[in-house]
Formats: sequence, C-alpha cells, structure tokens
Amino acid sequence: MDFFQNVIDILTKYHSYLLEGLGYTMLIALVGTILGLVIGLLMGIVKTIPASKNAFLRFLQKIINFIIACYVEIFRGTPMMVQSMVIFWGYAFMNNGTTLPLIPAGIFIVSINTGAYMTEIVRGGIISVDKGQFEGAYSVGMTHWQTMIHVIIPQVMRNILPSISNEFVINIKDTSVLNVIGVMELYYMANKIQMMTWDIFETYLIVCVMYFIMTFSVTRILRLCEKKLAGSDSYTICGSQSDPDAEIHVKKEEKVFR
Amino acid sequence: MMESVITLKSLKKSFADREILKGIDLEIKKNEVISVIGSSGSGKSTMLRCINLLEDVTSGDITFYGKSVIGGDIDINEYRSKIVMVFQQFNLFNNMTVLDNCVRPQTVVLKRSKEEAKEIAIKYLKKVGMAEYINARPAQLSGGMKQRVAIARALSMNPEVILFDEPTSALDPEMVGEVLDVMRELASEGLTMIVVTHEMAFARDVSDRVIFIDDGVICEQGDPKEFFASPKTERAKAFLSRFLQ
Repeated sequence: MDFFQNVIDILTKYHSYLLEGLGYTMLIALVGTILGLVIGLLMGIVKTIPASKNAFLRFLQKIINFIIACYVEIFRGTPMMVQSMVIFWGYAFMNNGTTLPLIPAGIFIVSINTGAYMTEIVRGGIISVDKGQFEGAYSVGMTHWQTMIHVIIPQVMRNILPSISNEFVINIKDTSVLNVIGVMELYYMANKIQMMTWDIFETYLIVCVMYFIMTFSVTRILRLCEKKLAGSDSYTICGSQSDPDAEIHVKKEEKVFR
Repeated sequence: MMESVITLKSLKKSFADREILKGIDLEIKKNEVISVIGSSGSGKSTMLRCINLLEDVTSGDITFYGKSVIGGDIDINEYRSKIVMVFQQFNLFNNMTVLDNCVRPQTVVLKRSKEEAKEIAIKYLKKVGMAEYINARPAQLSGGMKQRVAIARALSMNPEVILFDEPTSALDPEMVGEVLDVMRELASEGLTMIVVTHEMAFARDVSDRVIFIDDGVICEQGDPKEFFASPKTERAKAFLSRFLQ
C-alpha cells in the first residue's frame, strides 16, 4: 500500500531531519521549562515577602510587585506565536536588521512565557503551605530567604510538580509555534519534509506520533519523580529497649489519593 | 535577685481597631518558670506571639537583657533564636526527618557544623525520648511524639527562654502526660520557660509564678500555691471556679 511505503520512505530518507527537529524541540522545551521555573520561583518568592515596616522599602516592594504583575498579565494574555514575532523582529528592528541566533531566541521566548505562568503556580504553591511552617521557621530565627530555601520551597516543589509537568508538556507542543521565526524544531522540519515529498498526511502523522511519544514519556518520568519526592513511606527505629543496636523497619500504610 | 531576661513594658497590641493587649508589664527572671493562664480570647497567646515577634507590637517595648528589641538594639533573628517557641500545632518542618528538624535550624541560624549540630540534636532527642525515631517524618508520628520532637528542636538551639503556646491543647488526653513530663523535667533543670496553658495542675505544681490574664491585662500574679488556694481578685475567683467545676 502507498501509505506504508510513503511512511517508510520518509523515515529512511528524512530521519536525520526528524531527529534533529525532535532534539531541538526537547532542548527548547526542557531548558525553557527549567528557566521558566527559576523565573517563577524568584518572582513567587519576591511576591510573598511580607510587607516591610520601613516605608521606603514598602514603596519599593509595591513597585516591584506591580512590575511582576504586569509581566505576568502581558505574557499570559498574548499568544506565544505573536510574542515570538514581536521579540524576534523587535530585536532586529532595534539593531539595524541583525537578528538573534534562532535556538537561543526560541529558548528565551519559551522561558519568559513559561515564567509568567510559573510565577502564579509558585505563588499558589507558597500560599498553600500551612502558615505554621513559616512560623516554625521564623520562631527559631530563620530569615525569610532561609525559610523559603530550607522549609517552604521543598514543600512547594512537591506540591507543584504536577503543574510543572503540565507546563513541560505544553511547552513540548507549543515550541511548534516557533516555526514562525524559523527555529528548526520538529514542526519546522515536518514542514520542510512535506514540501519535498508532498506526502503531507504521512509526514504530519509521523510527527504527531513523535510529539505524543515525547509528551507521554515526560509525564511518566515526572510521575516517578513525584513518587520519589513524596518520600519513603517507611522509616527505621534505631535501637529498642532490649537491644540498642536493633534496627526496626516500620512500613506505614498511608492512604493517599492519587 | 536574679537578673531579668525579658521585660515587657506597657505592651499593647491591636488587630484592626480591636485592642487585644491593653498594656502588659512583665519581667521574666532567669531560671523562672511562668505559667500564663486565662480564658480563651484574653490575649495570653497573643502576648506570647508578640514576645517572639510573630505579631507586630502596636506600642510599648520588649527588652532582652536590657536591649530594646522593638527599638532595634538587637537583630530580630538573633533574638528569636534565643527565645524559641513551641507551638500548639507543633509546626515541625514537614519536608524533613525528625533529626533534620533539629539539625537544620542549628546549621542555618547558628552556623554550627553538621557534626556538632547532629550531636546536640541527638542529645536532646534522647532527652525527650525520641532518639529512636530520628529517621521518621513528622507525618508518621503521633501528636505527643511530634510535640516532644518540637521541644527537642527548641532545646537544640540552646535558647535562653522557651515559650510554650498551649503545648498540650491539640493532643489526645492520653498523650498530654508524656509532654508535660518532659516539660516538668526541663523546669526542674532551671530552664527559663513561659508556658501558656490550660493545665491547672501543671501551673500549680511546676511553675514559680502564675500570671492570670483577663481582657488584655495582667489581672493577678503571684505564687502558684497562694493563687490557686486564695485568688485575690473577683475575676480570678470566677475563672478558677469555672475550671474546678
């Protein structure tokens, strides 16, 4: 049948294109998600600093919070495809036609876009941590920053991991819009292949399967991470009354809704 | 006369336009065990939270060895590390094991080495009878166990004072005893303690001084035996009679 022959032809002839596109898609999505998370964590922490007693600092906090709010609203409220055109050609416009290198430009666009969503995800994660955790840390003399690093963020990370993997999956798919500025990710490569072969359906079907394999393996891997982060459900009792060197392993059955 | 560790000078605290503390004057001497009693809503927990600066003080001052805490003579976090608090809801760090709960505050705040902090933590976990559970996480422990770990965490900071905010109020009755036993031992060793409590027997038998707070002011204070046997003010009498019924 033609269909299978075409698929096999595309795979044998153009597999290097497909793999290159897949590689760039994964690279941009992965780095973009990680950088976006870093942006989100920083902004989320800054946004939740308790209001200062000093009037000047309080004023400064208000300005910074306003800037963060603008950033979040603008990048959440406009399509990433349009953002990439504005940023890419905006840069060229202001630099006499010199354009940004494509892959870094792609990573930059995905990062700041993800950062806007992550800021809100992290903020939600921080305010969902019990107030007592903050008070426990403050009461022994930890600063806001120390409290965040040692006590709050580890708990936030565990709580927001499902949202992070969600963002990652979205990014794998949404890197496809970067083809408008010519980033050689998977969709761009598919476009190139179909122009050479005219097997439009077969080409995009292959790419479709490739996207699904990427997103599906990422969700599975991150699900495993979630379980790891939830911590071991067993612990060891070191020493008993009769034998100080005894180690008793206690496995606790916990009913967790997943 | 022992030197005073913490002094409260006409301490006031309002939430919105509601005044909770209406001017508290109190001097806490070294090695003193003070029980703070009073009906709920009287402001006793608020007073304790003001001492740890978990609540902003509206007016008045807190001094620590003569240095003004509100005036900024001493760094807030340094001060807090010396007057640590034990909470009604334990507030153990959920992301850490029992051992880490006692080690991390020492390494982060006091900059102790890991080895030293671990040694100190284990010493105090032994004292509260929780050394066997160093690998467990807070979620795996009962309320009484959590509170004993919280006390070990507080002790690991080698503080000048420990503030106890109703430490047994969230516990099942059969677990109250184990926590009070630990606190009794600490009191007998000369630790300076301020205990907000509803455990009248503890207040009477263990503390050096009882403070009765009513409606945001210290209504009556004195020797626990005398106070419980013959309270002087009408409000204290009414409070105690309600409790003894």
